[in-house]
Parts: sequence; structure tokens; C-alpha cells
Amino acid sequence: MSTTSPTKISDPGIDLAWLASKIPYSHYQECVHCGLCTASCPTYVETGDENDSPRGRIYLMRAVADGRIGASAEVRHHLDLCLDCRACESACPSGVKYAQIIEPFKIALHASAQGDDRPGWLQRIILHHLFPYAGRVKLALLPARIFQRIGLLDRLEKIGLMKLLPPTLRRMQAMLPTLTGSNAQLPEVLPPIGPKRARVALFLGCVADAMYPETNAATARVLQANGCEVVVPRSQNCCGAIHYHSGSEGMAVDLARQNIAMFDPDQFDAIIINAAGCGAMFKDYAHLLTSPDHEAARKFVSKVRDISEFLIELGPVEPQFPVPMKVTYHDACHLCHGQQIRSQPRKLLSLIPGLELVPLEESELCCGAAGTYNLTQPEMSEKLGQRKLANITATGATIVATGNVGCILQIARQIKTAGSPVEVVHPVDLLDQSYRGPNDQGVKS
Amino acid sequence: MTATSSTRTGLVAELAAIVGPDDVISHHDELIVYECDGFLIEKNVPDVVVFPTSTEEVVAIVRLCSRLGVPFVPRGAGTGLAGGTLPVGGGVMISLTRMKRILEVNIRDRYAVVEPGVVNVWLTRALSGSGYHYAPDPSSQSACTIGGNVATNSGGPHTLKYGVTVNHIKGVEIVLPDGTVVETGGPEEDHPGYDLTGLIVGNEGTFGIVTKVVVNLTRDPEAGRTFLGVFATVEAATEAVGGIIAARIVPAALEMLDNPMIRAVEAAFGFGFPIDAGAVLIIETDGLEASQDQEAQAIAAIVEANGGSVAKSISWRTRKEPEYQAIWKSRKSAFGAIGRLSPTFCTQDGVVPRTKLPHILRFIMAVGERHGIRVANVFHAGDGNIHPILMYDERDPDQIRRVLEASHEILDECINVGGSVTGEHGIGVEKMSFMPKLFTPMDLAAMVALRQVFNPAGLCSAEKMIPGGVGCIERKSPGKRASA
Repeated sequence: MSTTSPTKISDPGIDLAWLASKIPYSHYQECVHCGLCTASCPTYVETGDENDSPRGRIYLMRAVADGRIGASAEVRHHLDLCLDCRACESACPSGVKYAQIIEPFKIALHASAQGDDRPGWLQRIILHHLFPYAGRVKLALLPARIFQRIGLLDRLEKIGLMKLLPPTLRRMQAMLPTLTGSNAQLPEVLPPIGPKRARVALFLGCVADAMYPETNAATARVLQANGCEVVVPRSQNCCGAIHYHSGSEGMAVDLARQNIAMFDPDQFDAIIINAAGCGAMFKDYAHLLTSPDHEAARKFVSKVRDISEFLIELGPVEPQFPVPMKVTYHDACHLCHGQQIRSQPRKLLSLIPGLELVPLEESELCCGAAGTYNLTQPEMSEKLGQRKLANITATGATIVATGNVGCILQIARQIKTAGSPVEVVHPVDLLDQSYRGPNDQGVKS
Repeated sequence: MTATSSTRTGLVAELAAIVGPDDVISHHDELIVYECDGFLIEKNVPDVVVFPTSTEEVVAIVRLCSRLGVPFVPRGAGTGLAGGTLPVGGGVMISLTRMKRILEVNIRDRYAVVEPGVVNVWLTRALSGSGYHYAPDPSSQSACTIGGNVATNSGGPHTLKYGVTVNHIKGVEIVLPDGTVVETGGPEEDHPGYDLTGLIVGNEGTFGIVTKVVVNLTRDPEAGRTFLGVFATVEAATEAVGGIIAARIVPAALEMLDNPMIRAVEAAFGFGFPIDAGAVLIIETDGLEASQDQEAQAIAAIVEANGGSVAKSISWRTRKEPEYQAIWKSRKSAFGAIGRLSPTFCTQDGVVPRTKLPHILRFIMAVGERHGIRVANVFHAGDGNIHPILMYDERDPDQIRRVLEASHEILDECINVGGSVTGEHGIGVEKMSFMPKLFTPMDLAAMVALRQVFNPAGLCSAEKMIPGGVGCIERKSPGKRASA
């Protein structure tokens, strides 16, 4: 009855030898096909097609690796639709390392892509020439900043001229938050407030620092308030996540090497990140870098902490000033699934006097941001974004907090489009408010 | 019976005309994902997968299949462990995952109406805070669908006190293979006439396709206690199970894990199980707060009388409390955790009278030793529903042979002591060969006659549950399965 074909297809359409060198076959076998992952997968929940579920994708990838099917357009579509949110890893009782299967697979798919499956020119420019350089992201946003200031973007949108832009650029424009005017650089060293408890390095990120520099300043202040000497190394790089997840492994490896050199783990008690996506990527460096960089990467990874994770480990100083708001919390995938950080941000928020924290339905379901996913898979991204906003609205909260810049951008755009009164912030923004009180301003240096 | 390529093309076109092209899968690469469910021994690629979104579409699909003589099989989340959704003979797979609406929740009259593709836990979530819940909670509840639960009459840990799926289904809408839509039961109590709902629950897809389910809502308990009883031996734990039931306590759940299982679960989830214990019992009581302490004392006394001790006592008001969730996550994901110890494993599903538990567990251990197969046990002790997990390496044909022999010996012994070969996973294609051992030819003939009333051509879930005069298929591999 079994129809498993013993004959292998002649042209797999993908580099099987390279895949075999990156993905041990036991990784596929660890999936016992129980299906418990399916309902945790945002794309499966939307489409109901098992090809869009983690179990189904592993089945497809194993079939390709076995030479049973080729990397056809159908297979590519289902694998590309994966958000890489890793919700399935949290759900899997068998401990399947899903990301370690899909990520090399995506790299191989990109390397072998042809025609319509190849990334567009704009995406390539953004990946290779913009994101590696935090400064360039800021610079690229300068025209948008000025246009926003003089109200030109809104006017262009009203008269429909925005439609002349390529779709990718239009979506990027729609995602732009109201950029703050002050974009002052943080000092290289910030002193602790009170007795020094730790010396930490702060990673700023490229998108985060360009879009929400205030959150980085808030993170620095919160660390200071907790007795940390904060070092902000100059010439930081992109973490490489966007490159790695869109199939450019070489670039990601280069960036990882540079970051490891820039943040010497021996000098710091911790390397702090406030963006979940970058944090998960940093923590993956030891897996990304093989010998001779592996040992240095392992040492680096041992010091990497998300801001919430670090503060709870350190024992947070109680914030004093009330922030009387109803707040809900959205779990960024790369915090809850990628780093298993769930309770820490909630604990920090519940320390804030007057703040009421209400639970969010489907808080662990991806909002559809997922790195550049909102640019590459706009339709699914939109569905998931709307679903997220509906859940947020149902809580009655006026603020949604989430620990990742990608989620903040995505949710902010949903809020803007829907004309919702809800505001989206990073938990440290709220914490910072509670430490500073209403009358305090600026960075303490 | 598989459609030939020309009729297949026509079939796909006609299906697309019914549901729209986006709700049909016909490319080979995408169809292979549907060749099996949680049962991996036998696989077969369906000719086409179709995703109806309404009862009317299901009617049109089954009429088309009946007209063309093409077999069809319904599928929910595909978490079944007995091959119930295997497309025997190819044909059309009808995936109900796009019929996923909760149509009505009526708290005052204590019922909800759902479509078959609603995931069990979605209903739990939708009812959260209402003071009511849908009681059947199979271990796969985070993924499995209500439609699949109805088809297999699913169990779960809390069925000991609250009953299995059939006790919580008030009515269904079913599309018969000829396209007739029949409504059975309903939200009201005590329908006259035949109890067709009771007949349809557990039909394993052989009567038709359920398109709507009216479920009973159960009031949340006011309070509860969940205990971890620790024992030096499996036998002592099973004696305690008998003791608790004999004392006329009806626990909400009564689950047992033996030492290999404790170690695997602890490695996976780190709940804090004592890894040197011979066995642990998870004992849960619920009801009025006022009754809880008294029951707790009685249970502790029975545990201690059997040489055990109560290592943990979780006092809860709602089932959302973190420690409560942690202990049940450990239990419900136990099968998958075995995946960390052994590349392949086979979970059996047998039932014995509760008093025979010490005997069957001794028997299982002896069988395992005799065949040189490692065995772990985790099961619904209160129901006498055992799930021995046989660990092996699929690359070694001799181990496969030994695992199959051991499995059959265990299931035969379940029958010998007055039990059965499945408590909750169903017969599917996996256990059809045991049916003649469990039932007389007259019993089986009565079942076949009943099936023919609904499904005379046998196109709906072809060759499932009751062997249709065909010889048993010889199994060559026990497969690996991971939930219950």
C-alpha cells in the first residue's frame, strides 16, 4: 500500500550535499509526527493546510533531502511562508530543533532560487548595503524624517502618489513610526546610579536605533537606575539576523565575527539587548560559527542577556513612580520561543506601581512581523497583524508592551491603519517612566 | 479504486468548482504531507485534498465522490494514532480544518455549537472566565479537533470523573455519504427516538462526515487539589489506585508514570519529579472547597498505607495556575519526551479491569525483558487504560520484530484478562486484526450491517475499523507514535 517511491528524482533543484553537511539526518528523525506542533503555528492556524504546519514542512524538507521530491515552486512557497517564529519548538515534546532545519534549508533555497523566487533588487540592496550599517539605516531614513516633519508623506498618501512607489518601498513607508527629532548619540560610558552592581555593554541594533532611539536611551537609563555602568561600544554592527533568515549566511557570519570582536565578553558582566530578534541571533552565534571562531562565540553567548532577563537575574530596584495604565503584553516570538523568556518582562511590568497588567489571548502567536517577513509575505503578515490587533483590542488595555522592535513596528502600523487609540511600547519604556517620574528628563551622564 | 489520471483531472476540476481553486490541493509534492497521520506504518497519498468551508460544500463533495465511485475520508488535525485518516485506495481527503468556527456559546443552557475543525483547546480558551468548560481533554488537546474527538470518542486524563467524549456530545449534524444531511440530538435534554448521537460518536468516519457538533458545557469546579504520590514500586502504586477507588473517592484524574517515564519527563520539563522513585501517581480531586481537605487526608492515608508518600500537593482554584499547568504539561507531553531517549518507539493502548493493573504491569515488564525491549509506562490508571511505550531502533529489523511480538502479547493478555485493545486511540487500520479476537462473527456482522445503513457503498473511510472479509494486513513495522 505504501507509495513511497524507491526511485529518486533526477533534478532536486537544490544543493543536497550542502544540505546534508548542514542538517544531520537525525534532526528530521526527531520529529515523531505527533502533530502537537500544528495549532501553535501561525501560518497553519490561518490556512489549515498541513503543508503550512511545522510537521508538514519537516515532512517536505525530509522528502527533498531524501530525493523523493524536488525543491519545486510549491515546496518553496510553503517553506518561504514559514515565519521562523519557533512557536513549534515550544510546543514540541520531542525537542525537534526546527530552526536548525529550516534555516539552512532557506539558505539553500535562496542559493538555488530562479526567476520569480529570487529576492528583488530592493530587498538585495536593503540586505547587503543598508542593514549591516546602523548609520546607513539612520541616513536612509533622513529624507523620510524630513518629509514626515513637513507633513509631505501624509499629503502624498492622500493624493495617492505613494502608489507610484514599488510595493516593497510602500510597505516600508507604511511601517515608519513617527520618527523622533532628537537622535542624539548615547555617550560611550554611562555611570551607575548608586553603588555599582555590574558593568554591562549595550547593543543598540540597527532598525531599533534608527526607528526608536528613545527606547535605547530608556534602556540605558533603566540599567543605570539598577546600578549598572553602561558601556555603548562605538561602531556596532547589525546582529545579522535579517541576513541569516533570508538566506545570506556568509554575511551573517562576517557580522557575527565583528560583533564578537566589538563586545569583548571578558570586559563585561553582561551584553544587553532590548530587541528579541537580535538577542536570539546573538545567542545563536555559537551554532553559527564553527571552528576556529566557535570557542570565542560560545564565550560571547554566555554573556548575552535580554534586558528583562538580565534585570530579573540581577534583582531589579523597585521603581517608584506610578504609571496608572491598563497594559497588556505581547510575547515576541524570539523572546518566548527563541529564548524561552516569558515571565521576566511580565514580572518587571508588575513591579510598576499603579500599572494593571491584563492577559492577552494568543499572546504567543506571531504578530506577522518576523524580520523582513512583512516585506516578503505581505498577505500573511497582514492577516496575522490584524488578528493580533483584534486580540489586543479585546483586552481593553490602552497600552501593549512587547520586547522587540519588529513587533512594535508591525503592531504600530496595524494601530495606525485601524485608527485604534492603543499605543505600543517596549516594556523598558514603561519601566523608565516609573524610575524617572513625570519631571525627570534625559540621560544621566 | 484509485482514480486514473484522466478522471483525477476531472475530479480536481469539479472539486475546484465546488469550493474554489484555493481550497483544493492536487500537486503531488503537497499531497505527500497527507499520506499519513500519527500512525506511520502504512502510508498512502490521496489523489486530492479538499477544504470545504460549509456543510453545503461537504454535501456537494460527497455527492460528487459517490457519483464517481471515488473513496473519501475526513481528516481533522491528523493527530490520530491508529491510521483513521489513512486514505485507503487514494481518493479524496476532506480536510475539515477550514470549518473552524465556534458558532454559539450558550452558558445559561450549558451548550456550545462548534464546527468540526475547532481545536479542542480553542474551545477551552473561548470558555475561559465563563465558569464553564468542555470536559474531555485528550493529551493532544492543544492540536486535535473536536471533529476528530467525536469520530474517535476521545478520552483524556479527566474522563475518569467526567466521562469520555460521548458523554459530552448533545447532538451532531452529519453529512451521510449520499449527501443527506441529518441532525441528531440537540441542545435540549432527552430526545425521543434512537440515540443516533451516541451511535455516531466513535464511528471513526465510517458513517459520514460530521459538520456541526453540539457540546455539553460543564461547570468549573470551585477548587481542587493535585497530588504527587511517590512509590518505591509500580505494584505499590497500582495497589494504591485500587485503594482510592475502593474508598469511593472519584478522583478527577488518576495517572501513573513508572521510573523510565519519570526520568524522561524530568529530563524534558524539569518539573521536579523524584527520579529514583519506582512510580508516581498524579492524583487530582476537585469539587467544593469544603470537601477538599477531607478527600486529601483520605488519599494521603491510602497512599501511605501502600508504602508511598505524598511529595507535592498543589491547591488550586482554577486550572490556569502555573504549577498546575506545569505538572499537566509534563504528563500530557510524556510520549513526546520519550523521543529524547529513543530514536523510535511504539505506544500501545490497552484496557484492563482496574483490579488487573498490577498483573498486566508485571506481565508487560516480563514481556519486555523476555524480548530485550525497554519499556516505559504512562497511563490513565484510574480507567485501567494502559499505554506501554516500547523503545527500539527502527534501523534494526530484529528489534522491530521483537517489538511487534511484544506488543501483540501485551494486547492479547489485555483481552485474556477481560479488557480490550484500545481505550481511546481507536481501531483505525492499525487494530483491525484484533477485532475478530474481541468480537464474535455475529457481533461483527451486526456492526457491518449498521455501517451499511449509513455507508452502503463503503466509500466513506473505506476499509476502516471492521475487517470487511479481507485477510489481515501483515504488519512489518510497529511505527512510532507520540501522543495519547
